[in-house]
Amino acid sequence: MNDSTTPLAIEAYGLVKRYGPKAALDGVDLDVARGSVCALLGPNGAGKTTAVRVLTTLTEPDAGTARVAGHDIATDPLEVRRSIGLAAQDATVDGLLTGHENLAMIGELHHMGRKRALTRADELLAQFSLTDARDKLAKDYSGGMRRRLDLAATLVATPELLFLDEPTTGLDPRARNDLWDVLESLVDEGVTILLTTQYLEEADRLADDIVVVDHGHVIARGDARSLKRQAGGDHLHVICARREDVEAVAAIVGRFASGRPSTDDRAVTAPAEGGVQAIAQLAQALAEEDIELEDLGLRQPTLDDAFLTLTGAPAESFDDEEVAA
Amino acid sequence: MSSAQAFATDTWVIARRGIKHIRRQPEALSDATIQPIIFVLLFSYVFGGAISVPGGGSYKEFLMGGIFAQTIVFGCFGVAMALAYDRTNGAIDRFHSLPIARSTFLSGHSVANLIRSIIPIVFMTATGLAIGWRVHSSFLDALAGYGLMFVFSFAVIWIGVMLASLVSTPEAVQGIAFVVIFPITFIASTFVPTSTLPGVLKTIAEWNPTSALANSLRHQFGNPGGAIPHDAIFPLAHPFAYTLIWAVAIVLVCAPLSVVLYQRSIKS
Repeated sequence: MNDSTTPLAIEAYGLVKRYGPKAALDGVDLDVARGSVCALLGPNGAGKTTAVRVLTTLTEPDAGTARVAGHDIATDPLEVRRSIGLAAQDATVDGLLTGHENLAMIGELHHMGRKRALTRADELLAQFSLTDARDKLAKDYSGGMRRRLDLAATLVATPELLFLDEPTTGLDPRARNDLWDVLESLVDEGVTILLTTQYLEEADRLADDIVVVDHGHVIARGDARSLKRQAGGDHLHVICARREDVEAVAAIVGRFASGRPSTDDRAVTAPAEGGVQAIAQLAQALAEEDIELEDLGLRQPTLDDAFLTLTGAPAESFDDEEVAA
Repeated sequence: MSSAQAFATDTWVIARRGIKHIRRQPEALSDATIQPIIFVLLFSYVFGGAISVPGGGSYKEFLMGGIFAQTIVFGCFGVAMALAYDRTNGAIDRFHSLPIARSTFLSGHSVANLIRSIIPIVFMTATGLAIGWRVHSSFLDALAGYGLMFVFSFAVIWIGVMLASLVSTPEAVQGIAFVVIFPITFIASTFVPTSTLPGVLKTIAEWNPTSALANSLRHQFGNPGGAIPHDAIFPLAHPFAYTLIWAVAIVLVCAPLSVVLYQRSIKS
């Protein structure tokens, strides 16, 4: 049965995939609405790539069922593959073919006819600003160009659903930003995207829904805001001018906080429920003790905090600050 | 499009890709170009004087049938390497995520490598003619010889596919080349007449299809060592038929088996 009116692009129940004794997926449920962007967020080895491989019919699950674009992955893999585009983790463009040959070949394998495949390849090269590199071998492309070509390759047959496995890993900040722009314009056109990422910034910027996975389990899901909420409320955040004051400051912060303060070098952080009230009282108390401060404030939790709370390990982050700029 | 038609079209699209790879990576062709030429020159000029051909005649001309045979057997590495590369660099995932039958990936590679196998045959022929090798038989006999080379080339491709499903990296493929296939082509009538070999080796060499292929070619081209001893064991008395039987057997056994093994090896 192919019910194209179902609002879900992906519906998966209880997916299990074992490699030897280790379960890469250990009972994963997933719902992705049509036209939305869902990010699978998790550290290396969390099971993100395995989930993508199962949903794109590259590998069979040991248990569980899934419908992708309305087709059952077990009984109708060919129809699934007709409806999806996949960009695997390392851009799998063919280095010994030119950009144009890469795209035309995929068009032909989608049975759109050689002529149509050739023109479709040119359309996509133009769309991804690769026309100048049309006849260059893909192995001579830059990292960013390869990713764009890879993404173009997934779009040859105008699929309704895209799987992007760590689409920006290894890109410099500028290329990453460019790719994000491209992805956002695809979303505007109504394409459904499931992407995996280790980067919170990426999930935060692109995704409507974030599914946090760790050790093959879904440990949290929701939009960026609700995940931040799961990390607790606001935090008091103080940076002392002198390191020797940290202990004293931590003691004072503790009086206004709703939880135990933690210290890191000259910084003191603690969860606070009192909001602005708490910070005013804290400021006064610190002033009375005559402690010199560098910074004092109320901090909203970040997705990083959420990730830390959920997985018990800090998330990987971009090293460079330019990304946010 | 019918599924048979789709299979043929997809196979050809993937084969065209393979041919472009071969053209754009001439260094990967050395096993089919430079290596056989070096073997011809090395053996004919270095060992040539020390080896006498039964029934007399030029060793150079005797050698050609052997190196044709060896090069064709080595043809199994072309496809094994191509598959191993596609597996290590992830290209295979792209193909497997497309709405094509998975077997077209193998059939496409096979067709590309069948076309590739023409290259060493042409190179060898040119080198042979340059150093004084000649066809002394009729045109039709020679044509049958070339036909046999082509058929055997197709058969060994399936050994290559099987190899690629047992090991997954290009390095491992090369390892097997030196440990297994290299000796197989040496314990044969490739470089020396099998009659000169000691006991067990002689028996192995006589039943080795590489010998049968080499002997057939010598016979078809009217070269030294090509005389057929009619009262000998089957592979010696009927080298052409024996080679064909091997070719058919390899395809019948290896093709389905390698498809199954290959599908299983990529499942994870």
